[in-house]
Amino acid sequence: MTCTVNGVPRTADDVWEGESLLYVLRERLGLPGSKNACEQGECGSCTVYLDGTAVCSCLVAAGQAVGREVVTVEGLSGGPDAEPGPVQRAFLAAGAVQCGFCTPGLIVAVDDLLSRNPHPTDPQIREALAGNLCRCTGYEKIMEAVRLAAGGQA
Amino acid sequence: MTTAIGRPIDRVDGPAKVTGAGRYSADVPLPGLVHAVVVGSRIPAGRIISIDTRAAEQANGVLAVLTHLNLPKGGSVPPLVPSLAGAAATGQTFFPMQDEVIHYAGQHVAVVVAETLEQAEHAATLLRIDYAAAPFVTTVEQGREQAYEARRIFGGFLPGRVERGDVDAGLAEAAVTVDLGYRYAANHHNPIECSATTAVWQGDRLTVYDATQGPNATLHTLAELLNVMPSHIRVVTDFVGGSFGCKAMIWDHPALAALAARHVGRPVRLALSREQMFSSVGHREQQEQQLTLGADAQGRLTAVRHHKLSPTSHFDDWAEPSLGVASQLYACPNYQGVYRLIRANTMTPTFTRCPGEASGMFALETALDELAERLGLDPLEIRLRNYAETTPGDGTPWSSKKLRECYRRGAELAGWDRRDPRVGALRDGDTLLGWGMATSAYPCYQPGNPQRARARLYADGSAVVQASISDIGTGSATAMTQVAADGLGVQLERVRFQYGDSDLPNTAAAVGSAGAGMVSAAVHVATTALRDQLIAQALADPGSPLHGADPRQVTVAEGRMALRERPDVGETYAALLQRAFMADAEAVGTWNPPPDTSGGSMTFGAQFAQVAVDPDLGLVRVRRLIGVFDAGRILNRKTAHSQLMGGMIWGMSHALLEGTRMGPDGRWANASLGEYLVPVNADAPEVVVETVESTDTVVNPLGVKGVGEVGMVGTAAAIANAIHHATGKRLHRLPITIEDLL
Ligand code: FES
Ligand code: FES
Repeated sequence: MTCTVNGVPRTADDVWEGESLLYVLRERLGLPGSKNACEQGECGSCTVYLDGTAVCSCLVAAGQAVGREVVTVEGLSGGPDAEPGPVQRAFLAAGAVQCGFCTPGLIVAVDDLLSRNPHPTDPQIREALAGNLCRCTGYEKIMEAVRLAAGGQA
Repeated sequence: MTTAIGRPIDRVDGPAKVTGAGRYSADVPLPGLVHAVVVGSRIPAGRIISIDTRAAEQANGVLAVLTHLNLPKGGSVPPLVPSLAGAAATGQTFFPMQDEVIHYAGQHVAVVVAETLEQAEHAATLLRIDYAAAPFVTTVEQGREQAYEARRIFGGFLPGRVERGDVDAGLAEAAVTVDLGYRYAANHHNPIECSATTAVWQGDRLTVYDATQGPNATLHTLAELLNVMPSHIRVVTDFVGGSFGCKAMIWDHPALAALAARHVGRPVRLALSREQMFSSVGHREQQEQQLTLGADAQGRLTAVRHHKLSPTSHFDDWAEPSLGVASQLYACPNYQGVYRLIRANTMTPTFTRCPGEASGMFALETALDELAERLGLDPLEIRLRNYAETTPGDGTPWSSKKLRECYRRGAELAGWDRRDPRVGALRDGDTLLGWGMATSAYPCYQPGNPQRARARLYADGSAVVQASISDIGTGSATAMTQVAADGLGVQLERVRFQYGDSDLPNTAAAVGSAGAGMVSAAVHVATTALRDQLIAQALADPGSPLHGADPRQVTVAEGRMALRERPDVGETYAALLQRAFMADAEAVGTWNPPPDTSGGSMTFGAQFAQVAVDPDLGLVRVRRLIGVFDAGRILNRKTAHSQLMGGMIWGMSHALLEGTRMGPDGRWANASLGEYLVPVNADAPEVVVETVESTDTVVNPLGVKGVGEVGMVGTAAAIANAIHHATGKRLHRLPITIEDLL
């Protein structure tokens, strides 16, 4: 299968039709930033952009991504070794990262929210992030990170 | 000199986490890596009559199907000892796939290895397993009749019965008594990262990348299970995606991964699915507690009788120690605590955040509220009247206790004295509002063996400090970087803390809120030893400006040693090492923990909750949670407060959401994140966390008492007490559900 991932055309061979986009990203394209925590669309840890829309990549069959544009958390900082982007910096500054397993999915979800709505209200933030579970933080610091990123303070 | 400790610096592992670069145990790239999946028993009791593996073996990409018929035999199962002891720490004394007998649903009965995960999962569905089912017991209700009093629980560490004074006499002399029965659902940890192990052999050497709270716990457990020398095993844990206890003990999947890797001659990754997390890594057991309190007319406790009944496995006498803190918190001369167990067809239960403290204190702190009501006392006042100035029982002094300050500050933040204490008095439209409070306490456990760290300073003045501990998300790596910087007297940016590797100096598993205390002790000892060694070298060096000085007069800051009174006289570590042609200097520090301090040393807290109850819908919304804690020294304010806040949300979740239901078929009925409720963003209340100044010279060199669990302890009781204030209802069952409030 061929698709564009983080701006680069990528090809994965021998992809079995039952494979998810999440699996292809993690196991075949060497991009394990997106996490697998439920494989049922219940946690948001696997959130990526597909043609500009945030989706749970565990629910997307690899075939559905053929010829389309995928952006993962790795793509939001311009590569694993690059400097963190503004949403990522806000998460660090607010202390919104603990174990970090929910973080990649949240970073994509927040990036998506702020691109659609640069100054969300608290209820809008909660609504937009309703599908992203975090077991460590209690969400308060995540809210703070989004406000920080929205205010351009990070 | 302290400059780094306490500061709210950003986490050192943060950049890797926010960019997706961090490699968790299921992310490690290895050439030739293949995937293993485990298959669980469909029945809770009985035996396997036959397993037909042919279709699975012939499926695309399949490399092996392992069952009890062909699993290569290894070593022996070590005893169940909590991983804080620092030795092998199996979660249960049962290793699967040794024979055809089934003890619990989900028990691993086969491992399928294939080139890709999807192929392994597909092949697993092709296995044909026939079972002969047997009668089973999986719940308190089913097993009540066959309950027995435990001789010892908790891996043999605690007695099944504890008594002091004469509880019957204490109840007889009481002016008021309450006698209450409590019921609790089972809980599952559900960290967002499912447990995963990647195993690779090079000849007879094994490397495993394991999601664990203790790389050494994994190492020693594997050494025994596989009969491989510890020297031939290395366990690496760079990142852990949360644990909350399910990665505190070592379950069978790391050994199965290693056995599978040896069998197929390739590196193997074994990641549990979310559903398998419900039957592979332990749980908090379903339980009932009966609590009887007696008090005199002034509200002083004359007796506490606290009994617990819970199911355990067929292999181990395990109960979370629900009675411990509740027996030690208040001054009461007469006490009796008894654990009764039921042999059940479940796995051995295990540590789950606040193992025992959360359930036991829910009972005590809601019962005290009832007692206060009966006596016409303010809930805070009854706690102050029973304040234990010294430890109940033997009367030894507490290592530190600033609980009064916590009460005072918490009450101030909540506006406790200004609230109308009458039931149902507070309203917001049709919504009933209520305030409740509760005390928190959590023991300071000590590791069972010496804790070590190594400090190395390079000739340019930069430093590496190492210990084997893993950081499960608590922020310990960040806090240790701060401790190391202060110990050496160098800038934070010049220190790298290396961790998460069993090849590094020994530490026990980071469990029981003990990690920060014990590892900071080792890091402090190692770094101050290296500092003293370098000072001694300078004093002995005729080329040093400090030659011949009194070592007590030398201080170090920003990598430069100088006389306290004459800061101009001195030199940098770098200058000293370069003059001596030394590339680096190194010291290993060993901290010998004091004998068990958990009886006389605790973290404390006062918790307040405000709830809003919709009386028509039975919906409870927590509006505010306030927690003020005495956790000893705080190493990093940002990460410590995050831990406390996360713990408080766990308490709210324990109170209102979490419960695993046992189905009539003996299997957990809601084994998914869709059906096992955990808080989502919209559930989160406003949370206020503060810590009070507290100095402790007993627990460890820096006086760190731990923050991982105490935040949870009193939350559920504070919420239940607030619900009573709002509605007049006393609720004795967790989680509290809509039906309870209609
Ligand atoms: S892994 Fe995709 S939503 Fe949980
Ligand atoms: S930081 Fe651990 S799950 Fe969110």
